[in-house]
Amino acid sequence: MQAEPSLAADGGLRRPSITARGLTKVYRTGEVEVHALRGVDLTLFQSELVVLLGPSGSGKSTLLNILGGLDRPTAGQVFFDGEELTAFDESTLTRYRRDYVGFVFQFYNLIPSLTARENVALVTEIAPKPITPEEALGLVGLGERLDHFPAQLSGGEQQRVAIARAIAKQPRILLCDEPTGALDSKSGTIVLEAIQRVNEELGTTTALITHNAIIAEMADRVISFADGHISETRDNPSKRRASEMTW
Amino acid sequence: MSALNRKLRRDLWRLRGQMLAIALIVASGVGVLIMSLSSHEALRETAEAYYERYRFAQVFAEVKRAPRSMESKIAELPGVQAVETRIAEFAVVDVEGFEEPIIGQFVSVPERGQPLLNRLALRSGRWIAPDRVDEVIVNEPFAEAHGLIPGDSFQAVLRGNKRTLTVVGTALSPEFVYAIGPGALMPDSERFGVFWMGREALAAAYDLEDSFNDVALSLLRGTEPTAVIERLDSLLEDYGGIGAYARKDQISNWFIMSELEQLRSMSAILPTIFLGVAAFLTNMVLARLIAIERTEIGLLKAFGYSNLAVGWHYAKLVMVMAGLGVLLGWALGYGLGYMNTQIYAEQFRFPFLLFRPGPGSFATAAAVSMAAALLGAVGGVRGAVSLAPAEAMRPPAPPSFQRGAMGKSRAAAALDQPTRMIFRQILRWPLRAFLTASGIAMAVAVMISTLQWFDSIDHMAHVNFFESQHQDATIGLVEAEHESIVRELAGLPGVLAVEPQRIVTAVFRAGTRMHRGSLTGIVPDARLQPIYDTSGQVVDLPPSGLVLSSMLAEKLAVSPGDQIWVEVLEGRRPTLQFPVAAVFETYLGMPAYIDKEALNRRLLEPRRAQFLGLLIDEAEQSALFAELKDLPEVSAVMMRRAAVDTFHETLARTLTIFVSFFSVFSCTLAFGVVYNTARIALSERGRELATLRVLGFTRWEISYILLGEVGLTVFFGLPLGCLAGFGLTWLITSAFETELYRVPLVIDPSTFGLAVVVVLLAAVVSGLLVRERLDALDLIAVLKTRE
Repeated sequence: MQAEPSLAADGGLRRPSITARGLTKVYRTGEVEVHALRGVDLTLFQSELVVLLGPSGSGKSTLLNILGGLDRPTAGQVFFDGEELTAFDESTLTRYRRDYVGFVFQFYNLIPSLTARENVALVTEIAPKPITPEEALGLVGLGERLDHFPAQLSGGEQQRVAIARAIAKQPRILLCDEPTGALDSKSGTIVLEAIQRVNEELGTTTALITHNAIIAEMADRVISFADGHISETRDNPSKRRASEMTW
Repeated sequence: MSALNRKLRRDLWRLRGQMLAIALIVASGVGVLIMSLSSHEALRETAEAYYERYRFAQVFAEVKRAPRSMESKIAELPGVQAVETRIAEFAVVDVEGFEEPIIGQFVSVPERGQPLLNRLALRSGRWIAPDRVDEVIVNEPFAEAHGLIPGDSFQAVLRGNKRTLTVVGTALSPEFVYAIGPGALMPDSERFGVFWMGREALAAAYDLEDSFNDVALSLLRGTEPTAVIERLDSLLEDYGGIGAYARKDQISNWFIMSELEQLRSMSAILPTIFLGVAAFLTNMVLARLIAIERTEIGLLKAFGYSNLAVGWHYAKLVMVMAGLGVLLGWALGYGLGYMNTQIYAEQFRFPFLLFRPGPGSFATAAAVSMAAALLGAVGGVRGAVSLAPAEAMRPPAPPSFQRGAMGKSRAAAALDQPTRMIFRQILRWPLRAFLTASGIAMAVAVMISTLQWFDSIDHMAHVNFFESQHQDATIGLVEAEHESIVRELAGLPGVLAVEPQRIVTAVFRAGTRMHRGSLTGIVPDARLQPIYDTSGQVVDLPPSGLVLSSMLAEKLAVSPGDQIWVEVLEGRRPTLQFPVAAVFETYLGMPAYIDKEALNRRLLEPRRAQFLGLLIDEAEQSALFAELKDLPEVSAVMMRRAAVDTFHETLARTLTIFVSFFSVFSCTLAFGVVYNTARIALSERGRELATLRVLGFTRWEISYILLGEVGLTVFFGLPLGCLAGFGLTWLITSAFETELYRVPLVIDPSTFGLAVVVVLLAAVVSGLLVRERLDALDLIAVLKTRE
């Protein structure tokens, strides 16, 4: 089952990129059951930038992990390109992540033994139709620091390398979990600009988790989480440039 | 239980795989030390106790014939405690169902009970009856080899008379712990037997009534044998004495002592090496293990634990790991020591075995292992406690990498990123990679130095029994005969060629150095038993002068051109001077050769021979054996094939356990090193690998990164190990050099290959075990903050 195309707020036709139906996730640690997701329905449309807001433990990261093929729901289904992601086996999931998904983590997770260019090449070498590492790093404004090792880069720069690494494969979906969480405001802005630029220029569906409500201003749509379910979905017709935001 | 101790218990459980790997390495080092020390101790104690209880003599002498009245004169010599005169002769024995002639050593015992010295340990049956002349007690190994039990009988040619003798008992004697036939290197219980007969019966058979031809003495406590030997020699000179000798030169004891010596050097060298290797690995592994714990150490310090408390906590962790190894090693060492001792005890026949390893070896092994483990931990713990708690709790900053050697070269550019990661990781921590490679190298080296024994021994046997000797049998005569015996033997069925030898017992002297051995006279164009150098050359026999083995030349400190004195201990007992004409290399014994006729001339006994090498047509072997068993002149028949067989059998038995143990040990080393290296790399780089999984790398692709690094280090370790193996072998073979053997340094290419393959397999198995864990990487944790 795939969501039907629907009309966007500005009247354009929106094609679904990934759809979740009735997602439930229960973690069992010993005798305690934690309901991380309680029946979440959600569709991310192509090229849109969605910000997921919510307090810790509200389930947004769990949702992102499931959409990214890192985790499986206890119940419910995820559809991507007409196929049921939730029915994939382990190796198909790996394939899915490799070909379609880009991840950006709060703590960059760069490989310290590889330079910026090589960290990106790590992904371009195994992706089906990547852009070059140089292009990807150019997109995030790091064309000049190709041959630096992570230890030689600032936090913001490292995060931008991580973004370049995530988008170099031209993913269909870019998932960012607190990408600015470990950065100061200035570096955070530069990182968000990079994400926004990728979203606009490559048309990558982007989902961004944050605690920071200000960041929601750059989204097409803002989805708020509370207690394992979506508490509010709100379109944002007055998108702001990331460069205009400070916190 | 305090919270910290509870943490310790859980940490140990969490690290159980690594704990076991470390414990196994420690156990191997401890085990081999205890095995060697305890078997050495047990053999020494057993031999000493056996000698004591059965009153093994301290001085021995053989004469042609001396009257019994000499007995009291000998007893009056200063320092002599007890005297036992005897009759001892070699004779050919024929046991039904055994085709080959057997060499029998007949020794007289009093009819009415145990002799004063060299008492027998009666194992079955009874003592001989005083009035029976055909009763014998047989040494137990011979009886077992032929299935003889009291009541059975066999035949023997005593001084030309064929006699049927009846077995009444079986026994062991301290004189024949290592029951070895004349000229043999290994005991062969099928072809050599010791037979104790009543004094009267043996005297009658050899026409030695009221006489003796063999005497054994015990000495008063604190008496030096040298002085007694000198006096005894002058007493016996007129009776054809061939020189008395002390217990240390008695053949059986000499073999035991040199075996003990070997065991001692083995327990000094090998365990030191292995314990060292184990210590090194323990140290390396623990240092890295603790480096990973830095966050927890920071946390403990933040709570207010002192450096000392934190240090003690980790010291306990390490001590439990090493302690487990020590306990395992103790048990292993005890068991293997017992097994090893029993194998020796089978070869050396003791009536009892004292296996009571003292606490010394156990304590030493434990102390060394513990110290090594703690030392390994100290570095890691010190590094961690020296950090400020806040800093220690933060994950370490990303290590800085340099392009360095892997710059922009074309080769480097061709690498894919995972391969680049492997190389950079190794280049970033070259010492760590080197240490891991060294660990693997040591495993390979141990394996090579162990497996190499088979190569060396095969080579030794091949050179000694096939390249340098071509006779099928050697005949020993009762006494030197005229050379016409050569024609007589050549006429026997199946004899294709006969080559005479003259061998005399002699003392070689050069300056203050001396050696008691034998001088072998051979014919100039010897074909069956030429002088064979280990380089593969036959040494030409000079018309006069001696050809000495290099070991003998070394012992006497002489070289070609020097003169040496040879005191012949037979016949007229002349003291002769000879020049050293040449020196040659041999693996076994310390032989000296001379032209047979040159020797005979100087002895004033022309054209004599006492030993004859025979080339035999196998088809007529049985007929020949039958004839030989009846020839009165023949006292011994030594078969080359039998000598080869016993050589291999005996060594195979002792070596197999030794080799299997060390093979297991080196596998443990390889396994321990690879498993721990990979496990630690996994904990250090788990996050990195999980990130790659998230980025879409498959399990095999990340396994390649982790195991590729380990594999590459292993790969470097292998050739390093071959080199180290060569060095280790050299060290061990030089340490094993005794008067009896020089173990040649021979390593077959296949030994290198086998060692490499076995170690590689152990590495692969441990690598696969770690790979299993990669499947369980927590991908989601990567997205979270650092733990």
